[in-house]
Amino acid sequence: MGRFLHRRAWVTPYALLTPGTAWLVLFFIFPMYYLGKMALSQGLFPIFSFNWAWGNFSDSVSAYSTQFVRSLEYAGIATALALAISYPLAYWIAFRGGRWKNLFLLLVIAPFFVTYLIRTLAWETILSDNGIVVRTLQAVHILGSDGRLLATSAAVIAGLTYNFLPFMVLPLYVSLEQIDHRLIEAASDLYATRPASFLRVTLPLSLPGMFAGVLLTFIPAAGDFINAQLLGTPQQYMIGNVIQSEFLSIRDYPTAAALSFVLMGAILVLVLVFARVLGTDRLTSGAAA
Amino acid sequence: MRWIRRHVLDGYAALALLYLFVPISVVVAFSFNAPKGRFNYTWQGFTFANWEHPFAFPGLSGAVQVSIEIALLSSLAATVLGTLIALALVRYRFRGSATTNLLIFIPMTTPEIVMGASLLTLFLNWRIPQGFTTILIAHIMFNISYVVVTVRARLVGFDRHLEEAAMDLGANELVTFFRVTLPLIAPGILAAGLLAFALSIDDFVITYFNAGTTITFPLFVWGAARVAVPPQINVIGTAIFMIAVGGMFANVVFQNRRTRRLA
Repeated sequence: MGRFLHRRAWVTPYALLTPGTAWLVLFFIFPMYYLGKMALSQGLFPIFSFNWAWGNFSDSVSAYSTQFVRSLEYAGIATALALAISYPLAYWIAFRGGRWKNLFLLLVIAPFFVTYLIRTLAWETILSDNGIVVRTLQAVHILGSDGRLLATSAAVIAGLTYNFLPFMVLPLYVSLEQIDHRLIEAASDLYATRPASFLRVTLPLSLPGMFAGVLLTFIPAAGDFINAQLLGTPQQYMIGNVIQSEFLSIRDYPTAAALSFVLMGAILVLVLVFARVLGTDRLTSGAAA
Repeated sequence: MRWIRRHVLDGYAALALLYLFVPISVVVAFSFNAPKGRFNYTWQGFTFANWEHPFAFPGLSGAVQVSIEIALLSSLAATVLGTLIALALVRYRFRGSATTNLLIFIPMTTPEIVMGASLLTLFLNWRIPQGFTTILIAHIMFNISYVVVTVRARLVGFDRHLEEAAMDLGANELVTFFRVTLPLIAPGILAAGLLAFALSIDDFVITYFNAGTTITFPLFVWGAARVAVPPQINVIGTAIFMIAVGGMFANVVFQNRRTRRLA
């Protein structure tokens, strides 16, 4: 630590922190408190009274368990697909990108500067019944002559996979790019074959990036309602669609608030399980390298 | 064999990059479409008309203006607030830094719909009417974390000896901060500001829950998607895309020049 630190009074960090953290407390923590209170309330819009209505949780979960399971399923498949697309791409940019690395990263991020909704509407065009994808798949008999892509689970999952890709590619790239190439050379000096050195050196060292990427993809995908709304039908609706309509159309705020909390809780549990499966010790050692 | 493996990966990466641009090329192409009906879903014919009259659709220009205002104000505010937090976290050891880190991290792992819904209940409880102000409040909130993370990354890789040298040469702390520290972390702050601007102008979910009757560009697209999709939406989308990519490209060039000049 430099003199910059020593001369300053102990209040300086707090002075720097306070405006921003106060904003987060006021507009992130407080809202969560009110959402929790709402989840335990009863009544009809606009008058809700708080009375520890724990039943809201069991009622809303049993009423919408299908959408819950579907959300986790769609988000899980989309995350796996995004990982399969992103890992080789991130690996290629990190190890083969050379001095064009930043340009390739720019290319990865660039498409996401087209507004989310417009991108999804573009998928609607691409997957539409008269579109080139459906025609081609029909021509090679993967789809029947009246088969369609739009308004199916496949379309919703395709949209989810595409829409969160940079959140997968960027953390993967960061962890792959940090790998000390001497470690890989050492592995081959010790007669590891290329697949073996990948599996024993590169892959473990990229786990922190994979962990971050999976989280950053899975979380928004599980809470999404736009893809199901634009690319699917009510048969594909996810929990986000339910929360959205409970809040903004039906105005049953307690049910919607309870569902929001269950969604957060479910995500938290999955994240912890995932961290355990991946091995937190390996994660931290990877981060330290 | 090695040749094949090497080029399999090249091919895969090329395909992945191509895939990323498929919907974008559709968006750009359809901004030149001359649709016959209200929906811009099938190719009918080429025209420049949409680009000549990008706002030739009622309500569109107002929505774009609201989006730009909110994006400017929220990215500015979040960049200031977030940079201060990043400075505190990297430069000082203090009680509560772990809690602060958690407070920065949690909003990034909370589904947007939960954040939007919780803000809705807050504004309902505090009887704050929803509109421009509530959207702005929400955007500043979700942007702070991203600014902190971006600026912190720049600060961590910072050579402290430069500051010490400035002070050895007689500069006081304020002068050192404005003449040495700030110029060196400026690219990080600029990148954070651009990111915040992009996140704000693109945000739909949180805005949707807290907009009241105010309409931003994404809300306009959402409303339009149900009744009519004018090609002007593609024009605005393409324009935002080109401006943003241009800005990022300039930032990359700027940083490269800087590092070369400093080297």
